[in-house]
Amino acid sequence: MSISADSDRQPPRGWYKRNEIAITPWLFLAPGALFFVVYVIAPIWQSFGMSLYDWNGLGDIDTNGTYVGLENYNKLFGLNGERADRNFQISLWNNLRWLVLYLLAVPLGLFIALFLNQNVRGIRLYKSLFFFPFVISQVVVGLVFSWFYLPNNGLFTIMTGWFGFEISGGVLGNPNTATYGIIAAGLWPQTAYCMILYLTGLNAVDPEQVEAARLDGAKGRKMLWHVILPQLKPATFIAFVVTIIGALRSFDLVSIMTGGGPFGSTRVLSFYVFEKSLSERGLQYGYAAAVAVVLFLIMLVFISYFLWTMYQDEKEAR
Amino acid sequence: MFPTPVQKSSPAVRISYQAFLPVALILWLLPLIAVMIFSIKPDVDFTSGNYWGWPSSFEGFTNYGLVFFESAMPRYLLNSVMITVPTVIGTVALACMTGFALGVYKFKGNLLIFFMFIAGNFVPFQILMVPVRDLTVDMGLYNTKTGLVLFHIAFQTGFATLFMRNFIRALPFALIEAARVEGVAEWRIFWYVVLPLMKPAIAAMAVLIFTFIWNDYFWAVVLTQGPESQPVTAGITSFNAQYRAAYHLMSAGSIVAALPPVLMFFLMQKHFIAGLTLGAVK
Repeated sequence: MSISADSDRQPPRGWYKRNEIAITPWLFLAPGALFFVVYVIAPIWQSFGMSLYDWNGLGDIDTNGTYVGLENYNKLFGLNGERADRNFQISLWNNLRWLVLYLLAVPLGLFIALFLNQNVRGIRLYKSLFFFPFVISQVVVGLVFSWFYLPNNGLFTIMTGWFGFEISGGVLGNPNTATYGIIAAGLWPQTAYCMILYLTGLNAVDPEQVEAARLDGAKGRKMLWHVILPQLKPATFIAFVVTIIGALRSFDLVSIMTGGGPFGSTRVLSFYVFEKSLSERGLQYGYAAAVAVVLFLIMLVFISYFLWTMYQDEKEAR
Repeated sequence: MFPTPVQKSSPAVRISYQAFLPVALILWLLPLIAVMIFSIKPDVDFTSGNYWGWPSSFEGFTNYGLVFFESAMPRYLLNSVMITVPTVIGTVALACMTGFALGVYKFKGNLLIFFMFIAGNFVPFQILMVPVRDLTVDMGLYNTKTGLVLFHIAFQTGFATLFMRNFIRALPFALIEAARVEGVAEWRIFWYVVLPLMKPAIAAMAVLIFTFIWNDYFWAVVLTQGPESQPVTAGITSFNAQYRAAYHLMSAGSIVAALPPVLMFFLMQKHFIAGLTLGAVK
């Protein structure tokens, strides 16, 4: 059946044909949207509901769980005469540490990108090798870094030993240093990601503007700040988005490197949710859901901001 | 070009730059180089405390042989492939369609649905964890590869839709209008006009999602257990439990687990980076 034969046959046009443009998008959306609603959107609401129950995860929540209203949240925040959950506070603080320190990946990535933005022989290979850490699974990254941090035999421990530092119990065995040790491991792939974003951005910097600025005597840091960075704004935005989301999502590294220890000092919210529900120590599903909701609401602040920014761009594009 | 090209600088700067490049690279990749060396070391090196020195003998074949022939590693690798490949195909198929719907048609709620996909893509996994696990158990798919694949497809569709929709947006709309004037059916426009133009986007999505899913650890732990369905990321941790402190075997296993995405990246570098840096340039 050729296309022209199809279009020659104008009347009679069926209902579908007449409404084709209005219906087609919905038909195309249906499978993807259905999947997404069932597996992503609905579970968010279910978790909100679950957080109002006391439930050990066995059987059905309606029959085996008890509705407790906001009791789980009271326990978390120490409201209504409850004692605030110390572990929750530790997790919250650690998430804040992650957020602040993880953002170092953005300037570090920019720094490496500037260093590599040259045109010498083999530079392409250098760029891809620098990107390597991002391609590797966080599980492997976590394992390798935990070997670096081994007490006595870890390379890091040996090297700090040269300068006379000694961290008792090793970096990951010491509650004061463990979280920072994990964040450092996370910074490695994240910096690589930011670097590739900036390398792509630098590639698109308008050479005429750079030359013009150079003629005006701009160079070095001044040039970077006033000419280059404004042009890198889209790359910076995405670097911030992925780094913030990555910081709040940190789970793999914590789970692999310390399992939340020592003494629960490296817990983050995402890990605490898992611990309270699916681990052997858990089985407090309602309580875990309340923690998940708090994490979700924190993320929602950022997500709303990202969406709002994207919405502004969309409006401009129209 | 910024910073100033080294070619325009003094020879001293140029030479020191060229000399410093490999040094910087080695420092940057030190953790990786360490696992590679670990993976060819004999066991005695670790018991005698020679962790970071040169291997006392080359045991590469023994270590990798053990990983490949005497551990559950090949099983886990196969599982990873059987989880990753269907996910990539499913996600790309769904996202081509949603991307087409959202990129080509103007209708009420278009932007809202688009933003729903983006927002869903950013939510913390933990808020989905228990409901998704329960759903998977209810469908009888707990501890199966299918259960994991279905979830991955659903979740990755969010990110892939964002990418596909923006890609289709950038295509010349006149092509679609011309086809419409010719009276071509809408689904044929999708199949014969838009889809062939989306090949680069499909390639980019395929490599990216391959890497993401291959490296997934969290969902593997939540939705599967044991060697019959767990992927290699989860397998390596049980490897860890089995060979506690057998650093040479752990390293060899880690390298084997990391290799497929690394190969993917090198073979499809251009697409990989195009996918990852989406929106970094306007």
